[in-house]
Amino acid sequence: MVTLTIDKKKVTIPKEWTILEAARSLGINIPTLCYFKDLNEIGGCRVCMVEVEGRDRLCAACNTYVEEGMVVHTNSERARKARKINVELILAQHDCHCPSCVRSGNCALQRLANDMNIFSFPYEKKARYIQWDKSYPLIRENTKCIKCMRCVSTCEKIQNMGVWDVEGVGARTTVGVRDGLSIQDARCALCGQCITHCPVGALRERDDTEEVFRYISDPDIITVMQIAPAVRAAWGESLGLSKEQATEKRMAAAFRALGVDYVFDTNFAADLTIMEEGSELLERLKDPNAYQWPMFTSCCPGWVRFLKLEFPQLVPQLSTAKSPQQMFGAVAKTYFAQKIGADPAKLRVISVMPCTAKKYECAVEAVNDAGAGRDVDVVLTTREVDRMIRAAHINPSALPEEDFDSPLGSGTGAAVIFGATGGVMEAALRSAYFLLTGGNPPVNHFQQVRGIHDGWNEAVFPIPGGQISVAVASGLGNARKLCQAIVSGRVHYDFVEVMACPGGCAGGGGQPIHEGQELAEPRGRLLYQLDVNNPIRFSHENPDVQTLYAEFLEKPLGERSHKLLHTHQQDWNL
Amino acid sequence: MSRLRIPKPDVAQATMNNLYADLDRRVAAGPQGNCPVDLTSAFLKLCLAQSCGKCTPCRVGLDQLSVILDRILEGNAEPDDLFVLRETAQVIADSADCAIGFEAANLVLHGLNAFQDDYLAHIRQGHCTADFQAVPCMERCPAHVDIPGYIALVGEGRCADAVRLIRKDNPFPSVCGLICEHPCEAHCRRNIIDDAINIRGVKRYAVEHAGTVPAPQCAPDTGKTVAVIGGGPAGLTAAYFLRLMGHDVTVFEARDQLGGMLRFGIPLYRLPDEQLDADINCILSTGVKVKMNVNIGKDIPFAQLRREFDRVYISNGAHSGKKLGIPGEDANGVYSAVQLLRDMGDGKAPDFTGKRVLVVGGGNVAMDVVRTSVRLGASAVYCFYRRRRQDMTAQPEEIEGAIAEGCEVETLRAPVRIETDENNNVTALIVQPQIVGDYSNGRPLPRNADEPEQRYEGDVVIVAIGQAIESAPFEEDGVPTKRGVLLAEETGVIPGMPDVYAGGDCVSGPATVIRAIQAGKVAAGNIDESFGMHHEITVDFEVPHATHHFRTACGRSNMRERDAGDRKQDFTLMEEGLSDNEVAQECSKCLRCDHYGFGAFKGGRTKKW
Repeated sequence: MVTLTIDKKKVTIPKEWTILEAARSLGINIPTLCYFKDLNEIGGCRVCMVEVEGRDRLCAACNTYVEEGMVVHTNSERARKARKINVELILAQHDCHCPSCVRSGNCALQRLANDMNIFSFPYEKKARYIQWDKSYPLIRENTKCIKCMRCVSTCEKIQNMGVWDVEGVGARTTVGVRDGLSIQDARCALCGQCITHCPVGALRERDDTEEVFRYISDPDIITVMQIAPAVRAAWGESLGLSKEQATEKRMAAAFRALGVDYVFDTNFAADLTIMEEGSELLERLKDPNAYQWPMFTSCCPGWVRFLKLEFPQLVPQLSTAKSPQQMFGAVAKTYFAQKIGADPAKLRVISVMPCTAKKYECAVEAVNDAGAGRDVDVVLTTREVDRMIRAAHINPSALPEEDFDSPLGSGTGAAVIFGATGGVMEAALRSAYFLLTGGNPPVNHFQQVRGIHDGWNEAVFPIPGGQISVAVASGLGNARKLCQAIVSGRVHYDFVEVMACPGGCAGGGGQPIHEGQELAEPRGRLLYQLDVNNPIRFSHENPDVQTLYAEFLEKPLGERSHKLLHTHQQDWNL
Repeated sequence: MSRLRIPKPDVAQATMNNLYADLDRRVAAGPQGNCPVDLTSAFLKLCLAQSCGKCTPCRVGLDQLSVILDRILEGNAEPDDLFVLRETAQVIADSADCAIGFEAANLVLHGLNAFQDDYLAHIRQGHCTADFQAVPCMERCPAHVDIPGYIALVGEGRCADAVRLIRKDNPFPSVCGLICEHPCEAHCRRNIIDDAINIRGVKRYAVEHAGTVPAPQCAPDTGKTVAVIGGGPAGLTAAYFLRLMGHDVTVFEARDQLGGMLRFGIPLYRLPDEQLDADINCILSTGVKVKMNVNIGKDIPFAQLRREFDRVYISNGAHSGKKLGIPGEDANGVYSAVQLLRDMGDGKAPDFTGKRVLVVGGGNVAMDVVRTSVRLGASAVYCFYRRRRQDMTAQPEEIEGAIAEGCEVETLRAPVRIETDENNNVTALIVQPQIVGDYSNGRPLPRNADEPEQRYEGDVVIVAIGQAIESAPFEEDGVPTKRGVLLAEETGVIPGMPDVYAGGDCVSGPATVIRAIQAGKVAAGNIDESFGMHHEITVDFEVPHATHHFRTACGRSNMRERDAGDRKQDFTLMEEGLSDNEVAQECSKCLRCDHYGFGAFKGGRTKKW
């Protein structure tokens, strides 16, 4: 422990701390920009400069360690001036068209410049334009990049994909796709984690909101919206709603207020996924020698892309079950269209997803089986749908709660936890237990698979006639470690869940952005609470799913299921 | 009214001179991985600022070159920019009136050829292929030793950990503390402020204050066998790391002692046996097996070794002396430097008492021979070199040391023949005076001066003009060679022989100990990889946090040598280490490029390899 003085306040803290951490422990918020705790502590922006008595130069608070007896001034004239001028210099390389930026109002640079009372500045604007394919799901605008390098660190350290790298040196240093590649060739999983860690608007998803507005306003088109489990844990965050206000039912009301004809729930399709994927697992377990093990979950398109790119030999081990999003689309454009007597070609299925990779998934040729164009026509991220709500000047807090539409609007507690790491595994095990034994397990029987882990989480559960060993990983860095362990034969599992984003979809790359915070964990807790609140906790008990099988699909892994609900990921284009 | 004046020094000019000196150091310490096109542009602007402006090519031409370069750098190149750049630069080079202009154009022309890939990357992709390297000392060290790490450890008094950290990449800390050529220091970022940290001095201090530091635990046995041919620095480095990785390693050494050129090439007054043996004993303590007095190719056929071992690493060094090819070279009293130093290593010192020794050569080995001869009692020692002092490849402090010990350095003297008496004993060396001429490959070529030959009487002639490699036994078995050196790939593997690796002097030609260590390390990593294994070499402790350090200019502490009159009497170590205070000051000056600057983001520390 060392004792130091910051702005005349004494504090005793561990010697491994930085000045920034010490100051924050005292409630002194030294402004930062490039800093992201434990991820990007590079001292690059030089905004967190402080003055330390006895040192000839200012220090960056984020990467200067505390020392005994240190006397720090965070607000001296010298520190204040350095901070302000450095922000002005960053602004010189930033396009500053704030009103037309998706991050306006949620931009770390904008806030800093405002806080520092910068209303004019003396430098020449030098924001260099670099071309980018605007039709790609992931968009980078160099004119907005402030070279904080968080995207590079995120992609390298969390996701271990290394898509982004520093490009050039000197004044022309910027971020680019590694090795001068195009983003299409850079083996990007499209997880979107770089977007959620970007402090400004340099990285964003392709905006598809106008397309959705067009469908809504077209009287000949029936718009069918599905909402992914994790969206409900985050949709209200950027709309200024409290947790109490941002309920599932108010979400249904707000999205309906946009003018879509049917507000359905991807939870329904998640229950359906469990029926198909759970049955597939049991089928494979019956004849273990006919398959390579483990079987992998397939609901995360970022993970599927990762596997196709990095471990193609494991792709056949993915469950052939489509993701809930795609199952929903296939069912909406067949069963549901029939039910309402509509021409499926007139349906437009709009997904609201916490995810950027879903924009890729819906465009994969091989997933369209309903015979009416794309099974899912357009994917919006949580952020985009929030922007639509604002654009349509809807005030969700003034809306009364409404139910989802029927019949694709119901979901169980097992479905809602799909949005948190381990949720798919837990939901699948709950129903697999039933399918094997004919009775339900205690509902918390499999909760060992919950939680965010470094590396991966594993568990072994007894089943009739033996045991099932499972593993759960989230984040592609962890996924890589797990795959390497599997390929090298160091570990053996029967069933493995992987989500590309740390903490699962709750921390997805399409979720609202909060500067400096990782929110997968609290959002995941919310989803587990929704599971508890739900009177039905088992996918096989979803009455609408049961009806779907009775009226249309017949049985899991049946002929129709095979056609509509399963896919071969080997055939997916990248 | 006065006719003439003595101008007083002008503050502006004096400051400018200081800025030039600062810039000199900055340029010399230039970081690796900058954009060469960007630097060309910057240098060109400097040249333009030096132009008087009288002549068109320089005044306008250099400015236009700068405009084109900036356009290329900004990614806005016009299709014929490269062509116009070259044509214009050529015309400036041809037609500028003075060196300020034509040499500036040459700077651009040289770069157009050498950095063509970078120019094209800028033009086609809008950015450069440059890859900035964070920690200059570490990048410049062939073995990539964690220099900021061990400096920080020594700064905290943790010398044993410093030795462990060095051994992660280099099992010869004791040897390198005394004789490494320290390429790390040349680009130390501290040069921009004042002068390089005395890195070798800190290393020597660490070793001398660490006590005995045992080698780390070896990985479990893999059952794989590796034969290492030659027990010099490359071979022993490979053996050490391969053994740590759990492989079964046997070193075959042709002589009866290990060490190679470290023992048979470097005189004791620079590297005492005790220090060499400390490193070797640590290496052997890991369980490396050694077969002495085995000459591969004679005692055991190379092919047999390949059959008996999973992998073979050739590191037999460069141990035969090159010959001058002048009359009288076979006379009694003519030695090769290699032979003399080998005899010294074997403890068979010749007696030069009262003899006049004439040494031919200008490299470090020549200085070793000169200074050894002084210590062997020679009454006079001359060193002949055909170029100038500043062209000698020996380190300047070695030349100064030799002169201080009484050696005469005769430059611009090319040997012509050796005279002998009727018993074929050396009596004199005849040399032809030289005049220095045009540059070739960065050095001026000497040619015969219009002066008569000179005769230097002497009893011994020592030829120190380079070493050759004994590659024949391997060549016969199909190892490719070119001008005597074995042709290994960058990974160390021999093309077409996936089980054979080679490195050290036998591949690079005579080079430094740290390059031999690099070769051994590279081979060890790749041999392990070739077994389909990924053993990691690391340490089990963290490097101390970067703390307060001095960034104001401060002089560098250098090692001192014992008085010339004293040291030339014996073969005991002549260099004195840094004091506690000096080392503390050197450590506190380290800029910690692993933590500050680019190192905070990328490339700051490689914890394992």
